[in-house]
Amino acid sequence: MTRSINSLPKGVGVGYKPQHFSDILNDPAPVTWLEIHAENYMGAGGRPLAQLRALSDKFPISVHGVGLSIGSEGRLDPDHLARLKHLNTWLEPASFSEHLAWSTHDMGFYNDLLPLPYTETTLKTVGDHIDEVQDNLGRQMLLENPSSYLAFAESSMDEIAFLREVTKRTGCGLLLDVNNVFVSATNLQMDARAYIDAFPLDKVGEIHLGGHDEDEDDHGAPLLIDSHGREVADPVWALFAHTIKKGGVKPTLIEWDTDVPDWSVLVDEAKRAVAHLSPVPA
Amino acid sequence: MSKHTKSLALAGALAAALSAHATTVSAQETEKCYGVSLAGENDCAAGPGTTCAGTSKVDYQGNAWSLVPAGTCATIELPADADGMMRHGSMEALDRDMAS
Amino acid sequence: MMPNVSQSAFIQAAMNPDLETPHGIVGPDGLPAPKRFSVYRNNIIVSLKEAMNDGFPAVASLVGEAFFTAMSDIYIRQNPPKSPILALYGASFPEFIAEFEPAASLPYLKDVAGLEYALRHAYHCADATPVDPQAFANANIFSATLSFAPSVSALRSDYPVTQIRTAALGGPQPTGGAEDILITRPDLDPIATAFPSGTATIIDALHAKLPFGEAIEAGPEGLDLPAFIGTLISGGAITKLEYDNV
Repeated sequence: MTRSINSLPKGVGVGYKPQHFSDILNDPAPVTWLEIHAENYMGAGGRPLAQLRALSDKFPISVHGVGLSIGSEGRLDPDHLARLKHLNTWLEPASFSEHLAWSTHDMGFYNDLLPLPYTETTLKTVGDHIDEVQDNLGRQMLLENPSSYLAFAESSMDEIAFLREVTKRTGCGLLLDVNNVFVSATNLQMDARAYIDAFPLDKVGEIHLGGHDEDEDDHGAPLLIDSHGREVADPVWALFAHTIKKGGVKPTLIEWDTDVPDWSVLVDEAKRAVAHLSPVPA
Repeated sequence: MSKHTKSLALAGALAAALSAHATTVSAQETEKCYGVSLAGENDCAAGPGTTCAGTSKVDYQGNAWSLVPAGTCATIELPADADGMMRHGSMEALDRDMAS
Repeated sequence: MMPNVSQSAFIQAAMNPDLETPHGIVGPDGLPAPKRFSVYRNNIIVSLKEAMNDGFPAVASLVGEAFFTAMSDIYIRQNPPKSPILALYGASFPEFIAEFEPAASLPYLKDVAGLEYALRHAYHCADATPVDPQAFANANIFSATLSFAPSVSALRSDYPVTQIRTAALGGPQPTGGAEDILITRPDLDPIATAFPSGTATIIDALHAKLPFGEAIEAGPEGLDLPAFIGTLISGGAITKLEYDNV
């Protein structure tokens, strides 16, 4: 089966918010592509779809799913898969990505990216689910590394080994969220650079950058929260620079989901990302 | 009203409605001020940087519930014909009224 | 053998803070990590509360923040979304409010929630092309059956619920009493227009494919017919006029 693959430009995109609709069309500045959350465009019609049609005339669109629950123990929701297929069919997005996480259980949708242990069992389930998604959509998908706040005692492999094996079994690509790497590394007391160095960067079709909040765990250790509600933190920019240097320029997204600021603030963040993407001195 | 008069009334109403078509559009513009907000967007962010809100479940059994509606309902006065038994939006509004 | 944490156990504990953090959830030191687990407890509830706040701003304003937060907390735990499409979450909130004793002092609250949900639902309905207004200038219009745009609906309330909603969102004080409400979506923004009680019967009759003239006769005496028909026309509510049954 021929599968369409990721065709996002190797520039900077932003997560689309309806309040920025006119600003984006008036002056996108350095922004060359947009990402939407699939579930916000699954209504039957109205303004959300009208805006998306207008934007897709001007920009490559990345569809980023937040509710497919690929990490579910149970089967994927066929209705949701059908809705995703419908969106992918009419929009023909430049990329489709989802998360290494779960959110649906027993018909309930819990609106968060919940974690899973990394075992042979979960590897098989996730691999099967990704096969199903890619067969259904007729395209390659990208799988995003999660933000981790905790670990499972039962895990038998590390996250990178898990992701590597998933790409090998399914042929999917990866979405590397550099902020998630920083958040997880801090929370689980690992070395973020070592994670990037071990990551299969050749499989990465997109990079995410976002802001996080700071908290503490039960023992006073730092606990970072992937809140997407502020500027990208300086150490995350440094980690991004390291990633680009190692893996080359990738389509890079600024994510800002809560306390969404004026368009100009997002443009400033995008400009900062663009500066990183400029040719790295050899 | 006979069927005939109803039909006449309807014909007249249609004519009036069609001629008023242009003016009703401007009336709708004002209504938009209270239009539908950007409701219920999915995103992939975690909640704000606090871990307490999800851990304090509200109990709705026994006497654990002590809250009363205390928003704009207190300032909204329903016209007398809106409900024969209750003129005001909330119990607090009633109390305030009786005290004055 | 390490303890396995099933997703069932995970979600039960996440949705019920009275339960302990599942055994096998650990921090980097390998020790149990309740505060780390509570990140998920927090995320689920807070994100769904935000969805409720966004979806029911007038209800939230009427009861105030503390009450709304507590009420939606109970609603969310009893009725988590059945679908990942948050834009349509909260359909059962009006019925929940009707049964929710602490809100009994505001008998109109359920209808405000119903109105807010109906507007939100209309916002996401399929687009439709309305008939040309001039098509209504037909001598046989009374015998025509009508088809509605998907965004059209009618509600009934014992209260001036459109005005209560407007007042809750900063508008003037409500006047009038019981009303029926016609929801239309002229272009992309749904609007609610109030009519005398009994007007919704006309919409029901038209849905049941009664001819226009007969359906109108089912309506209340005090109805301002030009205003009602005008709302249908300017709201782009009618997508088809058919005369097959002449």
